[in-house]
Amino acid sequence: MGIAAYGARHAQAFLGSLGRLARSPVATALTVFVIALALALPLGLKLLVANVTAATGGFAGAVNMSVYFKPEVPLERVRLLARNARERTGVAAVSVISSADALAEFRKYSGFGAALQALIDNPLPNVLDVQPTAEGRSPEAIATLERYFQAWPEVDLVQVDTAWVERLDAILDVLEHLLAVTAALLAAGVLAMIGNTVRLEIQNRRAEIEVVKLVGGSNAFVRRPFLYTGMLYGLAGAVLAWCLVALAAAVIAGPVATLARLYGSHYVLAGPALDDALWLLGGGVLLGWLGAWISAARHLRRIEPRA
Amino acid sequence: MITFDHVTKRYPNGREALSGLTFRIGTGEMVFLTGRSGAGKSTVLKLIALIERPTRGTVIVAGRNLGSLPARQVAAHRRSIGVVFQDHRLLADRPVYDNVALPLMVSGSPLKETDKRVRAALDQVGLLGKERMLPVELSVGEQQRVGIARAVVSKPSLLICDEPTGNLDPDLAVEVMRLLKRFQDVGVTVVVATHDVHVVQGFGQRTLVLEQGRLTSGAQDESLPSMVASR
Repeated sequence: MGIAAYGARHAQAFLGSLGRLARSPVATALTVFVIALALALPLGLKLLVANVTAATGGFAGAVNMSVYFKPEVPLERVRLLARNARERTGVAAVSVISSADALAEFRKYSGFGAALQALIDNPLPNVLDVQPTAEGRSPEAIATLERYFQAWPEVDLVQVDTAWVERLDAILDVLEHLLAVTAALLAAGVLAMIGNTVRLEIQNRRAEIEVVKLVGGSNAFVRRPFLYTGMLYGLAGAVLAWCLVALAAAVIAGPVATLARLYGSHYVLAGPALDDALWLLGGGVLLGWLGAWISAARHLRRIEPRA
Repeated sequence: MITFDHVTKRYPNGREALSGLTFRIGTGEMVFLTGRSGAGKSTVLKLIALIERPTRGTVIVAGRNLGSLPARQVAAHRRSIGVVFQDHRLLADRPVYDNVALPLMVSGSPLKETDKRVRAALDQVGLLGKERMLPVELSVGEQQRVGIARAVVSKPSLLICDEPTGNLDPDLAVEVMRLLKRFQDVGVTVVVATHDVHVVQGFGQRTLVLEQGRLTSGAQDESLPSMVASR
């Protein structure tokens, strides 16, 4: 068979499958809608994880260390130690917060201004605010840096609050695993759904299949229109899934922006990206083809012509 | 063209449809296969079309031993023969043209060639001009002629027909048989299973008479005298 004839036969099978789907619009629409829901769920979850990661990305990298000095350590000594700290590998920036600045800030924002006036001495210590480099943010590097500051005799307390960052990372990790499991389960669901739809179509067209086999139609020839049917279901489901997720993202983008503004952020919710769309379309077509192939291979084998 | 050598066919329910059947049909012959219902006529055709395989014995068609033909070659074997059914087996939702073109489509014939051959086949059966009609819009005789056009469109060297006149009135039956005879005249081997002895008698061709899966008459062919006798 020449390439032109081969292409023409595929085009005929494709158009035939398209025509059959179009001739039963309600049944086709219902199947496509269910497939779309199954594909939209993992895409929506992926979008959620991507947005949470993006929204908290700045915070997750902000692992700061506060080094509190003993009250008797003078500010000049603290500034000298700060210069030494800046020379250390793994330290990006060190700023000195004097006890006077800390008290002024506390007085300004705490609402205890009048009460603080009554204090004879400043109870607040001098503090170094240490920001590690990107490479220095690993748990091991942070622990080493913490031990370094704790070894200074002038230091009273070293405080590193990384627990919430670790919790956030753990939550995102759970969500990512949940996404993988959900995607796998729903992909299996799409396979089963398309397989079952193709099985029903094979049953409905049993007489036609018998005739085609009787006139010498190979298994590949008989299978071809069903594979196109599966791929069309997958493609249409993927397109609708993308539309559903994009629509949902557009609907909640406004409230998310409002919420972000209330937290002083300019974060804008990201909708599904182009590569998401390509993955979704490719995945939908592949699942449709695979579901149809499994079903067709299983059920067409059982149909043989009768004389 | 066709050799049945001591062929027995027993179905899974235990019924023995053919018992040690032996005959030969030469290339270009037209042979009638007659007998009562259940005599084994359809089973002979099923074995030729590889819808069934023999339980014992050898079936050779166009040099191929069908009993041992690999499953992957079954489709190619079926493409090399034409089959006509009593109930036509037309695709009800496809126009006449698509029904006739089906064997060419499965064999991957180019579109231009397909078009040429479909029109030629429809012309041969007198249905040119009705290619866009659905089978249901045709008379029973016309539907049978569509079935014949589909069977001959790929120019098979062997045409097998299972009760092709079963649903037709006598005049139409004779007309269909004449049509089949025309294919024999151009070298096609034609095997017709029928219980209509009146139609058979009018054509003067060799007739194989089956009774309970055994051949009671017609096994001997003057052109092939020794084969059956030697068994």
